[in-house]
Amino acid sequence: MNARFWLSTVVCIIAALVLMPLFIVGASVFSIDTNLWGHLLDTVFTEYVLNSLLLALGVGTGTIVIGTYLAYTMVNYAFWGKSLLTWLVLLPLAMPAYIIAYTYTGLLDFSGPVQSMLREAFGWERADYWFWDVRSLSGAIVMMILVLYPYVYILARSAFAEQSHSFNKVSQLAGYSRFEHVRRVSLPLARPAILTGASLAMMESLADYGTVAYFGVSTFSTGIFRTWFGMGSVQGAAQLSTVLCMFVLVLLVLEKHSRKDASRYQSRQAASVKPKQLSGIAGIGLFLLCLAPAVFGFIIPFIQLTAWSFKFAEVGDLGDFVSLIQNSLTLAALGALIIVVFATAVSYCKRLTQQSPSKVPIKSIEQALSLGYALPGIVIAVGVLIMAGWSDRQINLFTMAWFDYRPGLIISGGMTILIFAYAVRFISVALQNTETGFMRIPPKLDQAALSLSGSYRHLLSKIQLPLLSASLISALLLVFVDILKELPATLVLRPFNFNTLAVRAYELASDERLIDAALPAISIVLVGLLPVVLLTRQLNKAST
Amino acid sequence: MVISYNFAFLALEVVINKFIFTLLFASVSIPTVFSSAALADEVNVYSGRQEALIKPLLDKFTARTGIEVNLVTGGSDALISRLQSEGDLSPADLIIMADAGRLVRANKLGLTQAITDAAILETVPQSFKADNNHWLALTKRARPIMYRKGEVSPDSISKLAELTNAEWKNQVCIRSSSNIYNQSMTASLILIQGEEATYEWASALVENFARSPKGGDRDQIKAVVAGECKLAVANTYYLGGMLSSADEETRSIAEQVGVIWPDQDGSGTHINISGAAITKYAQNTEQAQALLSFMLEAESQQWYAEVNHEYPLLEGVQWSKELQSFGTFKAQDIDFEKMGELNDEALRLMDRAGWR
Repeated sequence: MNARFWLSTVVCIIAALVLMPLFIVGASVFSIDTNLWGHLLDTVFTEYVLNSLLLALGVGTGTIVIGTYLAYTMVNYAFWGKSLLTWLVLLPLAMPAYIIAYTYTGLLDFSGPVQSMLREAFGWERADYWFWDVRSLSGAIVMMILVLYPYVYILARSAFAEQSHSFNKVSQLAGYSRFEHVRRVSLPLARPAILTGASLAMMESLADYGTVAYFGVSTFSTGIFRTWFGMGSVQGAAQLSTVLCMFVLVLLVLEKHSRKDASRYQSRQAASVKPKQLSGIAGIGLFLLCLAPAVFGFIIPFIQLTAWSFKFAEVGDLGDFVSLIQNSLTLAALGALIIVVFATAVSYCKRLTQQSPSKVPIKSIEQALSLGYALPGIVIAVGVLIMAGWSDRQINLFTMAWFDYRPGLIISGGMTILIFAYAVRFISVALQNTETGFMRIPPKLDQAALSLSGSYRHLLSKIQLPLLSASLISALLLVFVDILKELPATLVLRPFNFNTLAVRAYELASDERLIDAALPAISIVLVGLLPVVLLTRQLNKAST
Repeated sequence: MVISYNFAFLALEVVINKFIFTLLFASVSIPTVFSSAALADEVNVYSGRQEALIKPLLDKFTARTGIEVNLVTGGSDALISRLQSEGDLSPADLIIMADAGRLVRANKLGLTQAITDAAILETVPQSFKADNNHWLALTKRARPIMYRKGEVSPDSISKLAELTNAEWKNQVCIRSSSNIYNQSMTASLILIQGEEATYEWASALVENFARSPKGGDRDQIKAVVAGECKLAVANTYYLGGMLSSADEETRSIAEQVGVIWPDQDGSGTHINISGAAITKYAQNTEQAQALLSFMLEAESQQWYAEVNHEYPLLEGVQWSKELQSFGTFKAQDIDFEKMGELNDEALRLMDRAGWR
């Protein structure tokens, strides 16, 4: 039992470190500025709550609908163009929400080409017609659905793919139609995976700042920025963040609750579902239906960005472009690796404690770790900064006392603090994946394996890791892309003279220099595609 | 069984330890690079201004003096927080901020020190530096009213206060109150006409909004040309940037826009500043002052005016042709320190007025 104790200890220590910045933020609730809160409650607080709720619900619903129908059709049907689609539907993952927001604004705004063309064609004036205002709450919801649905799709797809063919047969015997089978068997079986994906998407939408700020929608994250920057109240901003955390806690509890009675394990001996061949109109129809999210979430904005990039290429200079790409890739790869290893350790630790109870509150730790995902990156950055600054001062005090040597900043101002901030923010993404992965491995498999060799090392390396590979891959993929796109924390925590693609794209885009920003933006997308392509291939292999 | 069981966890532990070790190693090695470089001639800058708007000037400075400039750009307030948490260990020597409010805040938080170079202090006019010399302005930025030429007569409005007239119902475009320029403008109005009058003004202005505030200043300018509203409030350097844009379409939009300088018979048009301060724990104070005096040279001021279309702080420096085309104007004579202090109050006022 000694070794398990050590694993738990290591997990607990790292978890405590990762949670510390959140505690620092949460500690702010103990000193309430009644004047400020009176003002907030009187004026803008209701709006923050309402808009944030609507945003999260809208994004949740939208990603569930799109992600699930995509996953279901991709697993259960074979039709023309499907192999192309397996790639296409994942591409929006590489598109940061704020960038898609900028491109669609450029296209659909009052002064954009679409509306101008309509006005010219029909001789309309401003008051003569109604056109959907993309820069609104509904616009923000749509933008985020378009880039976040792959979260649901990835998870739901592996869940559907793992459903044994025998379920179909049982349904047939019970006289269920295909629709009834989906409603009563397939969907309930895939529900944990779907809800996990949706809760990730919802948390991300709550944390988003770039899109809602540009669209002028007042949510918690814009409110946090206003309170902090405009009113100079870090306390107030941290308290708003804490309220936001409450939202997420509710979300997490709901999600865990939905999984409570879902410990359904599937044996993989049984044949997987055989996709039903569709041809003719039905096949093409399905193809188009599945193509639509990729068209709006990737192809249209991609073409627009490419066009802008070409415009820029005529005048702009490439400068330090290679180093931008290098920095972004290194940071994302290193971060993703470290975070996924830690997430695996946490999930493994949880699995072991489930099998033989221990005193470590691993479940609560795991839930707490998820909170970071829903906080705007900037809030986490501040928590991390305070913590790192404090540690650095202690280290300096120590070395001064013992060696009369002042090393300066050790943790702040380097890569460590960045990767640490990413861990706080994105550990949840990795955890959701490793955990659903472990959940799908029946415990009796562990017992059988242990009874054969008795070695936990063999259990992990020969049985669990291979079975987990799909989950690990999707965890790596998601964290990698998330880090690549991450902005506010990177912006403020990075070392001197260190730029990434996201930083460059944002600086230009925030100044509304969309054409200049297009090249770095499209590079984020292209660099993000590399792992998407690489890992989709393995994902396909792992799930077939 | 127990042995191999232990071994599995040892292996995992070794893996985890290795990562921690690599992390520690990486974090230790990076600062060493910096601290060894600290002996060389260099200055470390935290800049709230974007890299593209400042790097070329810094490169010129390095070419001239041989002093290396290390740069981190980011949100002004986030950088102030970073400075605060790094405390006396912070490597930063100089902070450059895009508006007066942030400089005042850094000063209030005790993060700055007085600039001592007499030549620098003499160059900067009295109203463009802190009373205790803890910060100074580098450039000026103006926020006038803009309209589409031919659509609106430039004589039809002459005061910011007139934006609330019934004539402009549903015709005014301005960005969100989350934006610092609007906060500063409102703060300056509070200073000039008092809180009550400013609140009345802001509430009436909200009634005249053509749309709920969204986008940046360039968006407001585009909206005027597209006909979504007749008047917009925006900073001039955005219009200047659009006029000198590489994109033909952007240029042709900007060419249709005219500038109205409000309050010329009264308090003058609202202006803000960009400026800099030396940090309290700066290691390279001399180099930082050298950089400051470089940025106040006529040539650098001209560069700002030409490339960024901001108004130079020094008299006699030539404006860009875009700035010249907007004409000269009387600027608010405002105490930037007091304006910065009123930022919080201004934002609350706009919250109450329903300015989102």
